[in-house]
Amino acid sequence: MVENVKGLLKAHEDVKREVYLDNENSTPVPKDVVEAMLPYYAKRAYGNPTLTHKPGWEAFETIMESSQKISRFLGSRILEEITFTPGETEANNLALMGAAFANKHKGKKIIISEIEPINVLHVAELLKKFGFTTVKIPVDEEGFLDLEKLAASVDKETVLVSIAIVNNEIGTIQPLGEAVEVVKDKNSSTLFHTDASDAYGRIPFNLQDLKVDLATVSSYKILGPRGLGALYIKEGVNVDKILEGQIGTQKFWPGVENTPLIVGFTKASELAFQDFKNNINCMRTLRDKLVDGIFSNLSDVKLNGPKGDRRVPDNANVSFLRCEGEALTIELSLKGVYVSSGSACSRRLLQPSHVLVAIGRKFSEAHGSVLMKTTRYHTEEDITHVMEVLPSAVNRIRGIVGSTGVD
Amino acid sequence: MSRVPLPYTQKVLDLFRNPKNLGKMEDATVVSVAGNPACGDMITFYVKINDQEIIDRVTFESYGCAANIATASIVTEMIKGMSLENAWKNVTWKKVTQEVGGLPSVKFHCGILAVGAIKRAIRKYYEQKGTAPTWVPEDLTFEEKQALEEEELAKRLSRRTKVVVEK
Repeated sequence: MVENVKGLLKAHEDVKREVYLDNENSTPVPKDVVEAMLPYYAKRAYGNPTLTHKPGWEAFETIMESSQKISRFLGSRILEEITFTPGETEANNLALMGAAFANKHKGKKIIISEIEPINVLHVAELLKKFGFTTVKIPVDEEGFLDLEKLAASVDKETVLVSIAIVNNEIGTIQPLGEAVEVVKDKNSSTLFHTDASDAYGRIPFNLQDLKVDLATVSSYKILGPRGLGALYIKEGVNVDKILEGQIGTQKFWPGVENTPLIVGFTKASELAFQDFKNNINCMRTLRDKLVDGIFSNLSDVKLNGPKGDRRVPDNANVSFLRCEGEALTIELSLKGVYVSSGSACSRRLLQPSHVLVAIGRKFSEAHGSVLMKTTRYHTEEDITHVMEVLPSAVNRIRGIVGSTGVD
Repeated sequence: MSRVPLPYTQKVLDLFRNPKNLGKMEDATVVSVAGNPACGDMITFYVKINDQEIIDRVTFESYGCAANIATASIVTEMIKGMSLENAWKNVTWKKVTQEVGGLPSVKFHCGILAVGAIKRAIRKYYEQKGTAPTWVPEDLTFEEKQALEEEELAKRLSRRTKVVVEK
């Protein structure tokens, strides 16, 4: 198997210029972030933060200062409200399972939307095995939540609602403040969790103003190192641990704290927020150039998700009709442009992206979808290069399809 | 289920980049289709069969992943010049998989679909003729059944797709 992959890599030898746009699934880590992390592996703060010696106290100081910074970026003033976890998946698992188990005496109904990320969707499914019921609120053709249905679904049994501020696939910015209000009006003891990973560093928001109880952020989604996330748990909200082991400074997550990753995530957050307006303008300008380029060079394309200010600035999700997405990702890779697709083949599941299906895309439209995210490190030249490669790649795949894939 | 990378072989990659016998054939004796755009996996074969029931020419079009394109392409190369009987009896999905140097197990269905489509073409040829030899059984073969199942599954799943009313 590895031999085959070596062959695939060899096929890329002629690639002269590379543009990485698959920032949904993993990202390169900028030099500044890596350099900030390096001293924490061997020079300082490599101790266990719960122990009574200098490297331990250094780690304690570092982690607490990082928590303080992250809590401020999220609009919290209390560093204890931040729990570092090994990623977004773990933070979402902790939020849903931890809050559901700790509050099951209040009720056993959980509400999510149809377009929540897999690590919320699957946890909500799992909770059914523990006697919880899960209700999924539909969205419209741009991915906006049906607030009336949400209001109608909340009852005295509703223990938890989980709705992301920004959808990770199609970039829809939900009216989250309204959604929280709708939920709390119906049942003030219902907890509200939001996966804020795709909003963090892209749109301004403040968790205190939003009045959410729990919120997830992810390190790699803002160009920090993989393997770290954080869950905001509002002071006073009851959450059960979901893993057992030695508890350290993070009272909801056992195990030894990963100080270098925490430092990397904090540095990545600082870089994202220190020049926030310029950063998002850069993402938006390049994203718009990319989408405009696609629409003016190719026919039979559809934008998935909303346009304008109701869409997060980095997200481009486009369906190329009569063009299967996995084939297109490989064709583009061989030309140095790296993207992902919501096609069933690419995801290796029977069904294409649940998000695209939920906004009413036909399966054949979802199979031809490509997701791209710009960052502040991309340049105009990168997008120009993508547009030199993309139309011919789409046309070659469409040439293989001929009249076969027409619905 | 784990989600391993798709370690396509050199042969799959070569056929993906330079598919053999690609395109529509205007004077095909039979045209057969398997799969459905809803599965993201669909193959059309155009087969030219001569009076001696030998496959003279065969071309394909494919809506699908790299494995789908490669298996369809290799099938056209394998069956060209074969008698219909030989193609029916000896071109199995396992042989197709071998010919492309192996496939990730999640992609076996691509080879199955390609062989299913060719068996459909042969069956269709004899239906058009009005008479079938004894080696074409009435019951569907494994590959034809699988193709049918995939099509029905896609229909079932996509029926659950929600209908959005245009505003």
